[in-house]
Amino acid sequence: MVHVSATPVLALRGVSKRFGAVQALTDVELEVHAGEVAALVGDNGAGKSTLVKTIAGVHPIDEGVIEWEGRGVSINRPSDAQQLGVATVYQDLALCDNLDVVGNLFLGRELLRYGSIDEVTMEKRSRELLNTLSIRIPSVRIPIASLSGGQRQVVAIARALIGDPKVVILDEPTAALGVEQTAQVLDLVERLRERGLGVILISHNMADVTAVADTVHVLRLGRNNGSFPVKGTTNEQIIAAITGATDNAVTRRQSRNAEATQ
Amino acid sequence: MSSDKTTVDTSKGGVPADEVLPPAVEVIDPRLLVREQGFRGYITEFKRRVKGGELGSMPVIAALIIIFVVFQLANDRFLSANNISNIGYYLAGAGMLSIGLVFVLLLGEIDLSVASVSGLAAAIFAVFTTTHGMNMWLAVLLTIVIGVAIGAIHGFFLAKIGVPAFVVTLAGFLGWNGLMLWLLRKTGSISIADTGPIHIVDQTSFFMNSSIAGAYILATVGVAAMLLSSLADQARRRKAGVPFRPTSEILLRTVLLAIVSYALAIVLNNSNGVPNALVLFLVVLVICDYVVRRTTFGRKVFAVGGSIEASSRAGISVPGIRIAVFAIAGGFAALGGLFIAGQIQTANTQAGSGNLLMLAIAAAVIGGTSLFGGRGNVWSALIGGLVIQSIQTGLDLLNMDVSIQYMITGGVLLAAVVIDSVSRRTQRTSGRA
Ligand SMILES: Nc1ncnc2c1ncn2[C@@H]1O[C@H](COP(=O)(O)OP(=O)(O)OP(=O)(O)O)[C@@H](O)[C@H]1O
Ligand SMILES: [Mg+2]
Repeated sequence: MVHVSATPVLALRGVSKRFGAVQALTDVELEVHAGEVAALVGDNGAGKSTLVKTIAGVHPIDEGVIEWEGRGVSINRPSDAQQLGVATVYQDLALCDNLDVVGNLFLGRELLRYGSIDEVTMEKRSRELLNTLSIRIPSVRIPIASLSGGQRQVVAIARALIGDPKVVILDEPTAALGVEQTAQVLDLVERLRERGLGVILISHNMADVTAVADTVHVLRLGRNNGSFPVKGTTNEQIIAAITGATDNAVTRRQSRNAEATQ
Repeated sequence: MSSDKTTVDTSKGGVPADEVLPPAVEVIDPRLLVREQGFRGYITEFKRRVKGGELGSMPVIAALIIIFVVFQLANDRFLSANNISNIGYYLAGAGMLSIGLVFVLLLGEIDLSVASVSGLAAAIFAVFTTTHGMNMWLAVLLTIVIGVAIGAIHGFFLAKIGVPAFVVTLAGFLGWNGLMLWLLRKTGSISIADTGPIHIVDQTSFFMNSSIAGAYILATVGVAAMLLSSLADQARRRKAGVPFRPTSEILLRTVLLAIVSYALAIVLNNSNGVPNALVLFLVVLVICDYVVRRTTFGRKVFAVGGSIEASSRAGISVPGIRIAVFAIAGGFAALGGLFIAGQIQTANTQAGSGNLLMLAIAAAVIGGTSLFGGRGNVWSALIGGLVIQSIQTGLDLLNMDVSIQYMITGGVLLAAVVIDSVSRRTQRTSGRA
């Protein structure tokens, strides 16, 4: 399977984050190794996106330590995270509607040629990248506003792969995607792992999680609620951790259905 | 998507595309409307664009033609060489303000202080040179630096304190006008020597001392630069294997530009040549166009105008861009103020008052820069300025009262904003916002 290095490339130690009266994260621990896919799961509002944004520098942490390759670092701005090598695909995508696909893919790290933006090389690289992802976009020169939800999602994912990230964070990357595109994104996650990147994958879809993840970290109400290796853990155990009880909506429904079919 | 794929592929024998194409080969979306080649292609493309609300510069060109015809019918001196030269000369001063406003509008903000700042700049310049005998060039530099600093202050209140730009610059509108009145409180006006930089933007100063060659040199440089850069771009794109503009289209554009440039050169040579103020304005436009379209700074301005959240997550310093853009607007306001002062060689308490602010904003919007941020280009300062200045000059020729001028300019601004809003809506519905 995967050869996991000893020092995690990214580790959170006792991270807390408050928004006014809401304690969104409390003492959260998380480790991601190079070549590992760590899934982050939890119910709506559990704090997954908030955790992602603290790593990406959108919301600086209030307490705790973020370690990068074993050293404590402070991430206060998105550019801090980018410089470390964290690439993030946000749940809300965060693309500029008025810029074209090329402009969005390279936003914040445009290629330069004699000091001016090198549109030609950027366009070429964009087409190559989108082609390796087998994505159909009418033209890389149309504004993002004219793409479908799934196409935007794919642009946001492609955006994370430009540059040379060491850790890729995907916040519900397949939520808007069709069957074929979902499979492609999962393939992509596996390719990232083969290339030795650390991947944090957030998803509500247990099938996706068990298909590609090595470890599953459960967040519940802003706290860690268990970490499991995917091998040897059943979906029921994970769901129990997500909902916080063995007696929960999912198991109740399952037993109800089981009774009904009997 | 997969259904499209199969419909297209059945026509070729029903093999799914993925089995034919290796994954790294270009996948072209079969729904993409590819433009037909040749002249018919232009026509269909043109129709599609109009339907989709991509009016581009069409409404402005239509407006210009109407304006020219109406005023020419009302007064046959309107299209005379001297009057065209006048329009070109007077459009530069307010045009500088419009350039600064284009940057601000691209950001999705507004700057209501530019006219007051331009008046203040003229007063400061007069105090520096006439009252204190400072070197003219040094005074120009200092005045522009002060304009930049004033703009940066506006930007600071917007970016760091979070006061809406509308309110900050409205305060500036009044405050800087007050400072100008205070500077001129004793004399009411200070005359400025017609030498050095002020003479260059004087109405009697022409490119290459009115030599006939001057206008043709400018036209040739402009046309050649456009042709060569388009061809170079085409060659690079062809080599890189990305879509490029067909040669026929490049030639068509070049010929159009050449016709306009040389016709203008001939007309201006029938007067006294190309006013230096206009030459400076065009040079500044070329530089700003480069900054907006080809530098990372320009790209960041568009990005912030499109989505603040996306920009800051991409590592762009949104406050930095905002402060820089308002500083640019302040700098251009000061520069425009010097141009306007050069028209009358005086700094007086009237400078920057009246409808200057409205004209500068109207020019930028009429030229096609959206009030909603993220869409536009610096050439709108020229095109919109041409519309506005033609109306002004035409009404002057007809001895229209200033009251009528205000009403007409107000109407034109409203029309431009309506076109902007409507085209934004149609672009939304046809997926091109
Ligand atoms: N910017 C913010 N300001 C205030 N509260 C916030 C902010 N962002 C998130 N929260 C709060 O933090 C908590 C966690 O939200 P978060 O978006 O991280 O959930 P999530 O686990 O990603 O949920 P989902 O699965 O629905 O995406 C919620 O209670 C939310 O209201
Ligand atoms: Mg979320």
